[in-house]
Amino acid sequence: MPFELLVALRFLREGRMQSVLILAGVTGGVAVIIFLTQLINQLQSTIIDRVMGSQAHVVIRPLEELTQRVIAPGADRAVAAVVQPRDQRLRSVDQWERVAALAAATHGVLAVSPVVSGPAFAARGNSNKSVALLGVQPDAYRRVVRMDDYMTRGRFDVAGTGALIGTDLAQDLGVTVGDKLRVTSASGRSETLDITGLFDMGNRDLNRRWVFVTLKLAQTLLDLPGGVSNIDLTVKDLFSANQVADALRAQTGLTVDSWMQTNSGLLNALSNQTVSNNLIRSFVIIIVALGISSVLVVSVVQKQREIGILRAMGAGRRRIMTVFLLQGGLVGLVGSAFGSALAFILLVVFSRVFKSPDGSSLFSAQLDPMLVVLASVVACGVGLAAAAIPARSAARMDPVQAIRS
Amino acid sequence: MNLHDLTALPSPILRLTDIRRSYGVGTPIETEVLHGISLTLQQAEFVALKGPSGSGKSTLLNIIGLLERQTSGTLEIAGQFTGSLDDTALTQLRGATIGFVFQFHHLLPAFTALENVLLPSIIAHGTATVKAEAMGRELLARVGLKGAEYKRPGELSGGMQQRVAIARALALQPRLILADEPTGNLDSVSADEVFTLLRQFNRDHGSACLIVTHDPRMAARCDRIIELVDGRLTPPAATLDVKPAGA
Repeated sequence: MPFELLVALRFLREGRMQSVLILAGVTGGVAVIIFLTQLINQLQSTIIDRVMGSQAHVVIRPLEELTQRVIAPGADRAVAAVVQPRDQRLRSVDQWERVAALAAATHGVLAVSPVVSGPAFAARGNSNKSVALLGVQPDAYRRVVRMDDYMTRGRFDVAGTGALIGTDLAQDLGVTVGDKLRVTSASGRSETLDITGLFDMGNRDLNRRWVFVTLKLAQTLLDLPGGVSNIDLTVKDLFSANQVADALRAQTGLTVDSWMQTNSGLLNALSNQTVSNNLIRSFVIIIVALGISSVLVVSVVQKQREIGILRAMGAGRRRIMTVFLLQGGLVGLVGSAFGSALAFILLVVFSRVFKSPDGSSLFSAQLDPMLVVLASVVACGVGLAAAAIPARSAARMDPVQAIRS
Repeated sequence: MNLHDLTALPSPILRLTDIRRSYGVGTPIETEVLHGISLTLQQAEFVALKGPSGSGKSTLLNIIGLLERQTSGTLEIAGQFTGSLDDTALTQLRGATIGFVFQFHHLLPAFTALENVLLPSIIAHGTATVKAEAMGRELLARVGLKGAEYKRPGELSGGMQQRVAIARALALQPRLILADEPTGNLDSVSADEVFTLLRQFNRDHGSACLIVTHDPRMAARCDRIIELVDGRLTPPAATLDVKPAGA
């Protein structure tokens, strides 16, 4: 074992209580950082997952219809007029096949699904419910919204007059798989649907309103022959949705919304959480660094004589400095190992104690290896940095003074 | 090895010329504690340094041991002038040439007796070689501490600790041993043992030895005695220079 490491280890061992205390400090610090980061990351991804479970990442819609003025006001002429916004009809995305092809070719887009959606009434006997008719191509749509996960009965597939409805709508209307359901659109067209499956999106409102049919049937019912009301996209990186939306908006001139725009409140909350997490982490790091520093400063004073002897025996300033730097680094290394273990224990305990309403864990007790490696690197770095000042004072110590004291 | 070893004439291991040491230089309380010390130690010479406390013995020893720098004058150790050496070179020269025995043994309490003895070679070579370890064990045996290799300093008596310190000072077979009252806090039996050890090593290996001691009986067993009074040597070093080595 090299001289510096040998002496550093012995000094740490000799300083029992002090070493235990700084080790405990580093362990606690690393555990807090790993635990907190893991917890917040997982909670955030759970929240995003739940929110995105029934949403497309990016939605392409036709432009809103605007009122055009016949007489435009100019510099030489003022126009007094009440301009009413136009009523918005259900319209098709212009040349949607080309737009869909363009979207599919855009970098970062995973899946493209054309959708026809519009209002309708579902009636059975005397009960009458307002629903949202969704005409989809199942194979494309299941890549946008993970419908397969939500199916309670049947498969996510529609053909002919087959329809999929939510569990709550089924309950409200007293129907189940195999029953028939009459749907009438706002324009008066109607069709009798065969219920082939039930889904539960985990959201009562959607369970009550959504009715999936084939694209063709929805087009007929909603009076959009050959057209689609919107195109839903899935992107590879959730947080690049804005860039994809911007690119498509610029290329098509259509209305393109990303989930980040439609859920800006949620996004704000998440980023605030991240900021406060960073703040807590920074403080923990500073406090741990101060702890290591102060203990080593005391240790240098206590070890004056030993330092002097080592210097007299031929150990140079640099090597004395290394001895103390190593102590800081070792404390960081061992502390991060203990801290990771402690964080894991905390995660296991918390994942058992805190559950979401449906009984599943809010987060799983798993450690991200990258996070552990990162935390260990940071802990060692902090240990070394914290040891820098004590190590310098140890190296500068006059051996004569040190031996006499 | 330097050139001096190859020449027929034995060169002195240590030569001090007009060494002065002042404290508080440039301040109103500037005091000179060594007033022009000139001293030569031949190889294998065994010299006692006497003097009342406060006469500058420790300062002189620290300067010779390269732990402290003189204010003026030249110091030559093993043929090397130290004036132009930087801290790293001094540390190296000190480790390679000089062995220290301090008054209060100064062992490292966190290390076993054997490890303490091995430290100089660990420092010099980065790690304890098998050869160094065998040598360390032999040294401990020679100072009568066979079986105490794995004891901590705290588990040894004062005399035993000082003997470990001597074994440590001898570990690298230094050509110059500096001992600052090595027997100062020992009872007379232990003191005698420790002194005998030093003397024996001096005879066997030809290491020069400079021992600070207050004990006239010890001083009498040395090759010669020099006395430091108020920062000056008595008798003057010039008359001593001619004495041949190993007499």
